[in-house]
Amino acid sequence: MGKRTPILREPLNVVALALITAFAVCAVLAPLLAPYDPLAQTLSSRLEPPSATHWLGTDSLGRDIASRILYGARISLIVGVVVVALAGVFGTFVGLIAGYAGGLADEALMRFTEVFLAFPPLILAMAIAGALGPSLTNAIIAIAAVTWAVYARLARGQLLSLRRREYVEAARSIGASPGRILGRHLLPNAIAPLLVQASFDMGAAIIAAAGLSFIGFGAQPPTPEWGVMISEGRNFISTQPWLSLFPGLAILFAVGAFNVLGDGLRDVFDPRLRRAG
Amino acid sequence: MRFLGFLLRRIVGIAAVMIGVSVITFAISHIIPADPVAAALGDHATDAQIAQFRAEYHLDRPLPEQYFIYATGILHGDLGKSIRTRRSVADDLADSFPATLELSFAALLISIVLGVPAGVWSAVSRGRLPDYVVRVLSLAGGSLPVFWLGLIVIGLFYYQLGWFPGGGRLDTFVPPPPTRTGLYVLDSIFAGNLEALRSSLVHLVLPAITLGYFSTALVARMTRSSMLDVLGQDYMRTARAKGLREPVIVLRHALRNALIPTITIIGLTFGSLLSGAVLTETIFSWPGLGRYATASAVSLDFPAVLGVTLLAAVVYPVANLVVDVAYYWLDPRIQHG
Repeated sequence: MGKRTPILREPLNVVALALITAFAVCAVLAPLLAPYDPLAQTLSSRLEPPSATHWLGTDSLGRDIASRILYGARISLIVGVVVVALAGVFGTFVGLIAGYAGGLADEALMRFTEVFLAFPPLILAMAIAGALGPSLTNAIIAIAAVTWAVYARLARGQLLSLRRREYVEAARSIGASPGRILGRHLLPNAIAPLLVQASFDMGAAIIAAAGLSFIGFGAQPPTPEWGVMISEGRNFISTQPWLSLFPGLAILFAVGAFNVLGDGLRDVFDPRLRRAG
Repeated sequence: MRFLGFLLRRIVGIAAVMIGVSVITFAISHIIPADPVAAALGDHATDAQIAQFRAEYHLDRPLPEQYFIYATGILHGDLGKSIRTRRSVADDLADSFPATLELSFAALLISIVLGVPAGVWSAVSRGRLPDYVVRVLSLAGGSLPVFWLGLIVIGLFYYQLGWFPGGGRLDTFVPPPPTRTGLYVLDSIFAGNLEALRSSLVHLVLPAITLGYFSTALVARMTRSSMLDVLGQDYMRTARAKGLREPVIVLRHALRNALIPTITIIGLTFGSLLSGAVLTETIFSWPGLGRYATASAVSLDFPAVLGVTLLAAVVYPVANLVVDVAYYWLDPRIQHG
């Protein structure tokens, strides 16, 4: 074929993109789409099973679960985007500097990066979130702090393989500044694996934030965050399982879609991997 | 000789990373807005109590000195005293680590026993139903929140079906076997205690499945893709041309070569199991490192949090080292020069 494989050729990718679009639409239009106020308590209709009036049932305070999940999409999307933006920009910056500078600076920055890669992410994130105090913002900072190192390593690797290319030598020989070479020539060519990683990390950040919220280090009740909702449904798992079931499914579909998209992007950028699927 | 050199370099590398790890954990727990003194003593502590507390935990010294005290302690196996349990952190960790290790090993076993055959099956039936089933299941494994899976599994297999216990390591009336390894399954075997063995095994099932699903999915994916890679090689065609039977080709020729990348993933997975263990242990009331870490972080018990983080950060590079050594023996082409 010779040409790049369009991402839309694989049906699973189409489903993933549709899910991500739906997820983004829910996040943006939550106030218009949600049938109820996500915080409004109606104690007379607490713990109701899914029905025509409450599509996904109500929780122990009579709040509409469907509305809370729609608002939760907003929080999860923000978490994913902010974590990936913070970690991606910082990590890429460190990696590019290390790769471009070489020598001692490279060695020092990469050892620093390696230290962060040695921590099991959730335990470090928990320590940071615990130290900063439990809140969604601190959870985002904590997750970004355990995510950036991968970008540093990827960006540096890309840079090392691109540095000796002819077009870089050409730019250097006509007197382009290091900043211009990095920004205009190296970064655009190094971006592909970073985008693939970003897609996977959108999903990973959503799961991590939900996990931190679940154990009390992230978003706090009554915030309609998916991890908080699963935690609130915990005591009702034997009798009213829908309290935890639906927010969990929302996470599963959102994260699954970003993972499929990541796979799809990798196939497009690196056709050699396609065969392995 | 070359192997020894390689091993030595790796061990020095791990030591360097550990110094970095201890500096970062120390920084996190000391340059923080939260006040561990208030968390430990409450709002009604007298000035004298506060001063005594600060002296006891060296909080009255300058930060570099505090780090020096801490680092010297680590080298002597002293991780400080937990503010919450009032015991030595090293003792606390020694008590809770075996529980996590047992759970992680069980999860790892599940991912190898289920993940490798699933990956092989998926690869040899590429594009057909079994392939799709395995791929969808492994995709789900990478996208499921482990704490949610744990709740669903408890709801179904404990509350609804009553097949397995929903938490803890042993039945209430079964005394733990005498400690030799801290791993109840092994200890019960050593003691010949069948009742404790049965009880510890059934208690392992649900948490191990929950924790192991993610790594099973990863192992299945990796096995599938490396099997597909190997099955397309020339020597596979040669093996077929020689008239070897398909199972022999798949198991003897393809799988052996395909397992190498899978082993890397298994090593990497072991580190990620520890992260998963935090949430799994919380759900299943499993008295391991994860539950200890959560409880310590909630009460701003910084010596304890530091200890857990440090221990967890050792496990990962050590697991990687074990994998590299396994590699070295498995694949003679690899030159660690």
